[in-house]
Amino acid sequence: MDYFKTDLKGVHEALVKKDLSVEELTQETFATIKDRDQKIDAFLALNEEKAVKKAQAIDARGVNQDNVLDGIPVGIKDNIVTKGLTTTAASKMLYNFNPIYNATVMDKLDEAGMITVGKLNMDEFAMGSSTETSTFKKTKNAWDQTKVPGGSSGGSAAAVASGQVLAALGSDTGGSIRQPAAFNGIVGVKPTYGRVSRFGLIAFASSMDQIGPLTRNVYDNALMLNAISGHDSRDFTSSAKEVPDFTQGIDQGVKGMRIAVPKEYFSEGVDADIQAAVKDAIKTFEKLGATVDEVSLPYSKYGVPVYYIIASSEASSNLQRFDGIRYGFRADDVKNLEDVYVKSRSEGFGDEVKRRIMLGTFSLSAGTYDAFFKKAAQVRTLICRDFENVFANYDLIIGPTTPTTAYGLGERIDDPVTMYMNDILTIPVNLAGLPGMSLPAGFSHKMPIGLQLIAPRFREDTMYKAGFAFEQATDFHKAFPVIGGQN
Amino acid sequence: MAITANEVEHVASLAKLKFTDEELQKFTGQMDAIIDMVEQLQEVDTTGVPVTSTVTDATNVMREDVAVKGTDRDLLMENVPEHQDGLIKVPAIIDESEEA
Repeated sequence: MDYFKTDLKGVHEALVKKDLSVEELTQETFATIKDRDQKIDAFLALNEEKAVKKAQAIDARGVNQDNVLDGIPVGIKDNIVTKGLTTTAASKMLYNFNPIYNATVMDKLDEAGMITVGKLNMDEFAMGSSTETSTFKKTKNAWDQTKVPGGSSGGSAAAVASGQVLAALGSDTGGSIRQPAAFNGIVGVKPTYGRVSRFGLIAFASSMDQIGPLTRNVYDNALMLNAISGHDSRDFTSSAKEVPDFTQGIDQGVKGMRIAVPKEYFSEGVDADIQAAVKDAIKTFEKLGATVDEVSLPYSKYGVPVYYIIASSEASSNLQRFDGIRYGFRADDVKNLEDVYVKSRSEGFGDEVKRRIMLGTFSLSAGTYDAFFKKAAQVRTLICRDFENVFANYDLIIGPTTPTTAYGLGERIDDPVTMYMNDILTIPVNLAGLPGMSLPAGFSHKMPIGLQLIAPRFREDTMYKAGFAFEQATDFHKAFPVIGGQN
Repeated sequence: MAITANEVEHVASLAKLKFTDEELQKFTGQMDAIIDMVEQLQEVDTTGVPVTSTVTDATNVMREDVAVKGTDRDLLMENVPEHQDGLIKVPAIIDESEEA
């Protein structure tokens, strides 16, 4: 089964018609991973034995013809806890952590019959924009193995883009699904805050973290979000709002849709090729019957500093739990209890995680709290109001996902501020809790360009409709990379 | 606002982290650049603007007060580095290298 030439429905039909068994599909998927991932390094761990057993069980009971996801392999970002399958968050701190429970999204995917093939690389504790802060390996961009896959869900994006799986889960706190999706030419969705349960997602910044799907097309993405959404009594911030079927009416088109384009999203920091691709996309939407106007999000330029203060503050609090006592890494050669804490944390965390813990601790400490944390939380309100003002008159906001296409491995890792500025177009969405999508919209020097769609809270349906219409009108999503000249 | 190595060391101690001299040098420079970047927020007038700490509509989520079975203790010990008789073992709180 060549994942570049099919989609979830295609695989499902083949399984229902018994062109191949779920076990054969699973075995083929592992064979592809073992070959192609030598070049990409997306997977941290494979779940082969259990996956094949589950596939055999599904074959024995028969594939459910009313459930598209039944028996289909999926990859999972390594900050989502998987019962009995090592979950590291790409950190030395959790190198040996074997969860005794499943994240809610994993229970839901299991119930839907999906087969977890393995855990995907990421920036350590999801802190980073290139997957280079992983303790374990450097994942490569599916289109050019000298470039970063983006991050923090870089393993998830590269695995899907290189045809190793059709779908993966990632998490997005400041752009960590949309940016790697853009860098790898696939579709990535960060749902509305509260749409998907965070129970079992290793916490980074609890007021912004959200799990979402990465796929090769918009329809597949909607199918995946259907499967993982919904209220969960184990996450009090998950919403009780009813979850619509996101595939329902996805083909209705954008006729009459009111689209806003923020002028701030075309600042000089955004590459000319990316600006041109987004302007072409605007023309496509107009041709399809939408109206497009320029608007302003005046406070969006403060998104990066607001985000780094708030996310780091929440992280410094969330990561206090890693103390070497109950699970994870414990340092050797300790003389007393204080030593266990300090040595385990100093040896267990990597540099980027330490920088965020330090910035967060600094922002929350006496003397700086008002000027840093409180100030950032106030400017966050202004950023939320920017969006409210626009959505009073518009259905959707569009713009670029990233200021540049994927950059070279090692190019920015020692320059945190430049790395942080890369997230300027995705961060405001998390600060306001809105749903956002990145989908393929062109190429610059053979590297994919991402178009970002932003909708009002709980209006993922609008985003999927617009994304689907754009995809039908363009060919960008049909392109796929040649990996090492052998696929 | 420039941050000094001493201040960075103090923040590290609050966060239960320890740096070598070389690391401290590197972190001080990087922290300084990051703080420079976030300081641009000072130019925003936020008089009378409330803080946003959550973006959910939910307030005080309540649940019924019913007893549910907790996780099995042996299972909870699965990932504990050192344990004995159902208790987690840690080193002495008092420094063993010092004279009592």
